[in-house]
Amino acid sequence: MNYRLEPQPYEWISRDKTIRFTFEGREFQAFEGDSISSGLLANGQLILGRSFKYHRPRGALTLANHDANALFQTEAEPNVRGDVVALEPSMKLTACNVNGTVAKDKDAKIEYVARFLPVGFYYKTFHKPKKFFPFWEKMIRSKAGLGHVNTQWDAQRQSKSYAFCDLLVIGAGLSGMQSALAAADAQLNVVLVDENPFIGGSLDYQLAHEPRVKALRESLKESVSTHPNIRLYTSTLAVGWYTDHYLPLLTPHGMIKLRSRAVIHATGVMEQPAVFRNNDLPGVMMASGIQRLISRYAVKPGQNALVLTSNVEGYRAALDMFEAGIAVVAVVDMESIAQRGEWAERVLAKGIRVLEKHGIYEAIGRQTLQRAIVAPLSGESCDLSKKEIFDCDLIAMSVGWVPAAQLIYQAGGKLSYDDTLQQFVPEFLPKGIFVCGRLNGAFTVDQRIADAKAVAQEAVAFLKGQKESRDLTQYRDTTAHSHPWPIIEHPKGKNFIDFDEDLQLKDLKNAILEGFDNIELLKRFSTVGMGPSQGKHSNMNAIRVLARSQGLGINATGSTTARPFFHPVPISALAGRRFRPERRSPLHAWHEAHQAKFMEAGVWLRPEYYGASSARLDCIQEEVEAVRSRLGIIDVSTLGKIEVMGPDAARLLDLAYTMKMSTLKQGMTRYALMVDDSGVIIDDGIVGRLASDQFYVTATTSHADATYKILSKYVQFCGLNVRLVNRTGSLAAINLAGSESRKVLAPLTSISLSESNFPYLGMREGLLCGYPVRLIRVGFVGELGYEIHLPHNAALEVWQRLMVAGQAVGIKPFGVEAQRILRLEKGHIIIGQDTDGLTHPYEVGMSWAVPLNSKAWFTGKPSLARLKSSCQRQLVGFKLAQGAPKNLVKECHLVIDNNEMVGRVTSVAYSPTQQCVIGLVMLDQPYADTSNPIHIRVDDGRLIRGERCSLPFYDPEGIRQTSAVEEVLV
Amino acid sequence: MKLLDCPVIGKRPISEFDYMGEIRIPPVDADEKTWSEYVFNRKGAPCSLREAWYHRPTGRWYVVVRNTVTDEIEAHVDISEVQYELPA
Repeated sequence: MNYRLEPQPYEWISRDKTIRFTFEGREFQAFEGDSISSGLLANGQLILGRSFKYHRPRGALTLANHDANALFQTEAEPNVRGDVVALEPSMKLTACNVNGTVAKDKDAKIEYVARFLPVGFYYKTFHKPKKFFPFWEKMIRSKAGLGHVNTQWDAQRQSKSYAFCDLLVIGAGLSGMQSALAAADAQLNVVLVDENPFIGGSLDYQLAHEPRVKALRESLKESVSTHPNIRLYTSTLAVGWYTDHYLPLLTPHGMIKLRSRAVIHATGVMEQPAVFRNNDLPGVMMASGIQRLISRYAVKPGQNALVLTSNVEGYRAALDMFEAGIAVVAVVDMESIAQRGEWAERVLAKGIRVLEKHGIYEAIGRQTLQRAIVAPLSGESCDLSKKEIFDCDLIAMSVGWVPAAQLIYQAGGKLSYDDTLQQFVPEFLPKGIFVCGRLNGAFTVDQRIADAKAVAQEAVAFLKGQKESRDLTQYRDTTAHSHPWPIIEHPKGKNFIDFDEDLQLKDLKNAILEGFDNIELLKRFSTVGMGPSQGKHSNMNAIRVLARSQGLGINATGSTTARPFFHPVPISALAGRRFRPERRSPLHAWHEAHQAKFMEAGVWLRPEYYGASSARLDCIQEEVEAVRSRLGIIDVSTLGKIEVMGPDAARLLDLAYTMKMSTLKQGMTRYALMVDDSGVIIDDGIVGRLASDQFYVTATTSHADATYKILSKYVQFCGLNVRLVNRTGSLAAINLAGSESRKVLAPLTSISLSESNFPYLGMREGLLCGYPVRLIRVGFVGELGYEIHLPHNAALEVWQRLMVAGQAVGIKPFGVEAQRILRLEKGHIIIGQDTDGLTHPYEVGMSWAVPLNSKAWFTGKPSLARLKSSCQRQLVGFKLAQGAPKNLVKECHLVIDNNEMVGRVTSVAYSPTQQCVIGLVMLDQPYADTSNPIHIRVDDGRLIRGERCSLPFYDPEGIRQTSAVEEVLV
Repeated sequence: MKLLDCPVIGKRPISEFDYMGEIRIPPVDADEKTWSEYVFNRKGAPCSLREAWYHRPTGRWYVVVRNTVTDEIEAHVDISEVQYELPA
């Protein structure tokens, strides 16, 4: 039997291009432009899948991206929507959720026990006795779910792009095209999107043979396609609405993130099914789905059709089917024919029988539809004494619509039920959200054109800043297009409300009886609307059932919450690439050329160590050894570097840092500790004084921008006369550390490095290799050392000259790992590693940096005054016995006492200087107050014993870094 | 809010800003309870709030009045109006 029709006026298929594909191993042919479902239906393959729970045969329903029972498995992808996804040559398809074939599914036997599987069965049954749960879980999991993920998947990358417009119009049907055009004519920059590959919307399938719209269709399509102010995206879904009109547009090639100034929703309506026994048989379809099949794919899904309707759309569908050569055995109108007007007359004129005030009591068929029982409506069911049986293989359901308003709900809009239209319509719209067309209850062509023009005018006025609100109801239809109760009771059930989840009318009624009588509860208990179509053809009927059972109106019953995304979005469209800027020091190329292995430090890349990764630990140890015995050099350009200038500079630093900076002598530096209002340590660095009103401040690598921000906050909000310059990027910094540093540096600089001229913690300005530099004599790693701050373009030359000058003494560049070990040996903490979001100075032994008495104020002072006497933790040094394995204890390992956690390791490393593993632990105060040893639980569960030791581990008197220690206490 | 409609520099993506919360003055000589309130508690009730926003690309601070329900920026406040003094 041939299911393919003669060419249709607006068909999407290319008849000169044949596509061959297989389904369940059988070969099929279709045309390019066919969807999977239409290609199969054209070959008479009416069963497209099996239902989720009972494995009942299912066919096509909507052809509108909502067919949750026609999901296919390709080699690469599960759950491909057959109703809209285009066929590709050589596709190998099977149905999802089938055990066997769609014609013979072994799991279909589950239906025989269906009456023992009422709604909520799983929740109530399988958790007792507890020990059997794993068995049940395994069985349920193997039966649940739909397609199978191919774990040998190829990574697909899709690019993202950004777009901007004045106005986004969603939906390129009659209303969308008309409103986009009117707005574009008013000089707005318009983006028009439609999920279908071709524009036209329902004009092309519901009014395909209507001569009165022919000229209108052509002129609108031509105009929106060529208008210079309209960008048209087809095959593109607006899948969500986010604040300030930020909408992800899902295209076949990736996601466009669109920022619009306003949005017109012309998304139309989604057809709803009638509920009668066996309304899920293949052959029972939405009338609009049949019309889509006919006009888009030139496929007729049956030979003898019965139409069930309660609106004029059903009569139009009857005429379209008649036109396509399908015998229309009868039109069953649930209401009176009197209100159907000219469309009914045209149907009658074709000799088609119309039964008014009738319903379909039951559809009958073994695997697909064969017959239907029709009888006059009576109460909640039918009067069977007057039943008639019609032979048919197609039922067109045309009993109502719901607006595609998901994005309006997401934007905060509200809809209310209109008793005239028996449909939800927009009632309240947030700023910049506009609606028109059938979504807004305008159904006739004239109403839709007028509504579209009016909404365009409203949007234009809004974007011009004029306050104009229109009467949303002005162009709404005055007759209903939806039936208030398209539901027919049947004692044997199988009258499905939700095809996705196999929910029958009685399932919802039972759930309500069990007390789940609120729409959100009903949804969660029964799972209505939770399947792949997300309730697009089940929510409305569920609301009707609940409303009637509770004796409430539809508005009082309400609807469930709509959240993004409107349709499933492939992960490839969402997955991002690394889009994080990486900062590199001016010496990066030199490091690369010298085998540096890089690590991330905040936004920067820093050398972790130099050498082969196979010898990582040895390289690090050698670098440490070089600094301790001779000379090391490290790139510290990533340090935050801020100039602080002005009459209030000292005052600013006094406010921002705990220690007093106003007493700092010119040419000297001081350790600087920053805490927040709660007294928690947030940054440290050094402050150096260049003049009475000029300071130079360094901050940690990852906190540089935040420190600048905090300083600028005080400048602004305390009204200080200070100028700040963040020179983090413009200056480089090099630290030269080791006993030989003075000897190597002295010949290259104009600054005298003598102890008397340049003591420990001093800061001097001068020339180095001819470049203006600042030298700071810092402890840093606990050796005699100089930090060189210099223009970034001087960094490479100076570094290279220092390397040459240091060659004789064995200079060695060192990386971040060696620096950490060196600083750990000195007991210096790393902010953010040895401290966390609650650590205050008293917990890390830095009471010397908190001058509570000598300073009237600094940020966090009142909190620290309180915390001084109530420490809850203490940072303590420990070491393992000599010869203990070097990598056994790791950071974050727990300290255990009597099976209780009493602390954790914050830093740990093997110290070549101490010849043992050393580290820091943050201990609970009560345990810190004891002198008990420290037992650390390592990865394999063993407890490793460590001994406490005082800090610093290395050179506790600081003799190596200074011969004249300046007292930093204030 | 994805865009901050700053009365001074116009509409900018929110990602360019750091939110620094309601304008509050540290209660310098307060008792412990008042100080704890200041440190740990914030007003959550919907209102028109005077807030500090830091614009990272330019390193500038803005004080605006924002309706925390509708996210509309209702006014720009000159920083001099909210400046405070701290003990020296």
